[in-house]
Amino acid sequence: MELALIQIFNGVQYGLLIFLAASGLTLVFGILGVINLAHGSFYMLGAYLALTLTSLTGDIFLATLLGAPIAVAFGAAIEFLFVRHLYKRDHLQQVLLTFALILIFNETQRILWGSYPHSVPAPSYLSGSISLTGALSYPVYRLALTGICLALAMAMMFVITRTKIGALIRAGESNREMVELLGFDSRWLYRLVFASGTALAAAAGMLAAPVESVYPGVGERVLIISFVVVVIGGIGSIRGAFLGALAIGIADALGKVFLPGFASMMIYALMAAVLAIRPGGLFGRAA
Amino acid sequence: MLVDRRHLLAGTGAAALTAPFGRFAIAQGAPIKVGLLLPYSGTYAALGEAITRAAELYVKQAGGTLGGRAISFTRLDDESEPTKATDLTNKLVYGEKVDVLIGTVHSGVAMAMAKIAAEAGVPTLIPNAGADVITRAGCAPNVFRTSFGNGQVSYATGKAMIAAGIKEAVTLTWQYAAGEEDVAGFKEAFLEGGGKVLKEIYLPFPDVEFQSALAEIASLKPQAVFSFFAGGGAAKFIKDFAGAKLNEKIALWGPGFLTDGVEKAVGAAGNGVKTVLHYADDLDNPQNKAFRAAFEAAYKTSADVYAVQGWDTMAVLDIGLKAVKGDVSKRADLNAAMAKAAFDSPRGPFKLSASRNPVQNFYLRELKDGANRLVGVAVKDLADSTKGCRALT
Repeated sequence: MELALIQIFNGVQYGLLIFLAASGLTLVFGILGVINLAHGSFYMLGAYLALTLTSLTGDIFLATLLGAPIAVAFGAAIEFLFVRHLYKRDHLQQVLLTFALILIFNETQRILWGSYPHSVPAPSYLSGSISLTGALSYPVYRLALTGICLALAMAMMFVITRTKIGALIRAGESNREMVELLGFDSRWLYRLVFASGTALAAAAGMLAAPVESVYPGVGERVLIISFVVVVIGGIGSIRGAFLGALAIGIADALGKVFLPGFASMMIYALMAAVLAIRPGGLFGRAA
Repeated sequence: MLVDRRHLLAGTGAAALTAPFGRFAIAQGAPIKVGLLLPYSGTYAALGEAITRAAELYVKQAGGTLGGRAISFTRLDDESEPTKATDLTNKLVYGEKVDVLIGTVHSGVAMAMAKIAAEAGVPTLIPNAGADVITRAGCAPNVFRTSFGNGQVSYATGKAMIAAGIKEAVTLTWQYAAGEEDVAGFKEAFLEGGGKVLKEIYLPFPDVEFQSALAEIASLKPQAVFSFFAGGGAAKFIKDFAGAKLNEKIALWGPGFLTDGVEKAVGAAGNGVKTVLHYADDLDNPQNKAFRAAFEAAYKTSADVYAVQGWDTMAVLDIGLKAVKGDVSKRADLNAAMAKAAFDSPRGPFKLSASRNPVQNFYLRELKDGANRLVGVAVKDLADSTKGCRALT
């Protein structure tokens, strides 16, 4: 029983981290209609930004504050150069272009940072571990990270549901033409959404860097799991992504211990079950 | 006799070409063509480069010739991509017509490569890939391995754990070929020594979310964990293991790949991790000291186990070429001479088993403050099992 409780806790924690990465993807997918395979690369960008900026500033949180505007600018630039040409094209072309971006980012990463794994230190005031059960301790930074992810999730939901920009984003998701007819320049709205999506993925990469190790292709598994979250939660729904990420985190953690042979399929089985009952995802519009 | 036109033409063409040039070429010392099928891009690029550098250094130190003939290397990037292995191997063997083939790092690529090499008969040396099958059921008279077998390293690790007084262990690895071969080798030695495996935990490859496994290990309370991960996954695992404070009560063991290349990344979190490998940086023998100094002087970077494997690959080839005086057309003699290779390597005494896998010492090392320190010899002169090798035993 104790093991099950610990696993549920592990799952919630893992789910919150996935949520941070997946929230950007669901925005870009839901509002811009773009399948962005390079989303994992933005996570990797965050991880390596954390590596470089932490070695300069000495603190991961300072590094994240510095890295966020860099990621926003990077995302805006990628949107301006490449992604905006994709809005009216079909999914195959989106997949082709964003896959090409993955290859370019991976090679650039290798040239700039090399192929050996690196590690980012947690700040000294959060570097200890506290005892959870008799045998198992938890790193304090992981607990802090859970709190940060929760706070970010709340902030995001507040922005989406309670602010004008959030209303615009929601409106853009349901009817782009109507938003433009009302006099809003949707090009800027789209650029903002893509840049925020990039920044969210990068923020996830940066904040997770002290518990991950930083290595080439660190974002690839994040990409796949993010897509699963988006599909489960319903495309474009932040609330759906939040619940979907938690469900996946818990299913994965429990599956690994109680159904070990089945563990790698667990999250996909969950996805299939959700889709069978609600084809549009938990909070998606019916397809 | 049934001879179709194409074969006849190719045959006469080849005969016409080689008859006048064959003897001439050797007399003039035309270079021996050595094909290097190695990863020069991607995750394993650093390994491919270390092997290549050591091989080139060997030839340079030998005065540019082996067996009286110059060596010319033909590099081909295998990208560690098994699906491309067949095409690329064919390109070197039949397109470039290399005299000797050296490759590679990734086991999946090496298995496809070794199959073609065995059929083509070209003398082939494997400087890293540890897939057990290559020198077990898939063994061939012309395919040599100068590195290790996966099961060989983990067998030695299991022996060392028994010797350290460990009776109960949990295994943890990724569910894929190398991980499973490692666990099999470990279990063989550990059960032989009276140890008990409480549980075998497998994670989907290449999952790096370890918290669930750590919680399970904490509840099982074994004396030790035998784990096989490599690269970024290994770094994260060692850190998570320490973060959960499991390292205070449970010993973390593994084959050397768990810590090699990630020593700096794990820092103090890796203190006390014990690994077993056929090499240790600080081995105290004259060959190792000379090799490390020469490598450092030539490339301004430290040699690692992969460089040693590249070096020894050339040492084995050197012995073979000397025996046939550089005449690579005498393949049977060349193979026979290489099979008898015995010399002092930077890793210690080196010779080959009947199935052409190294018989070598395995060393116990302990990670301390970002460096692997030699503790001692874990198993002396260990030969890998030749199970299923019918071609040679």
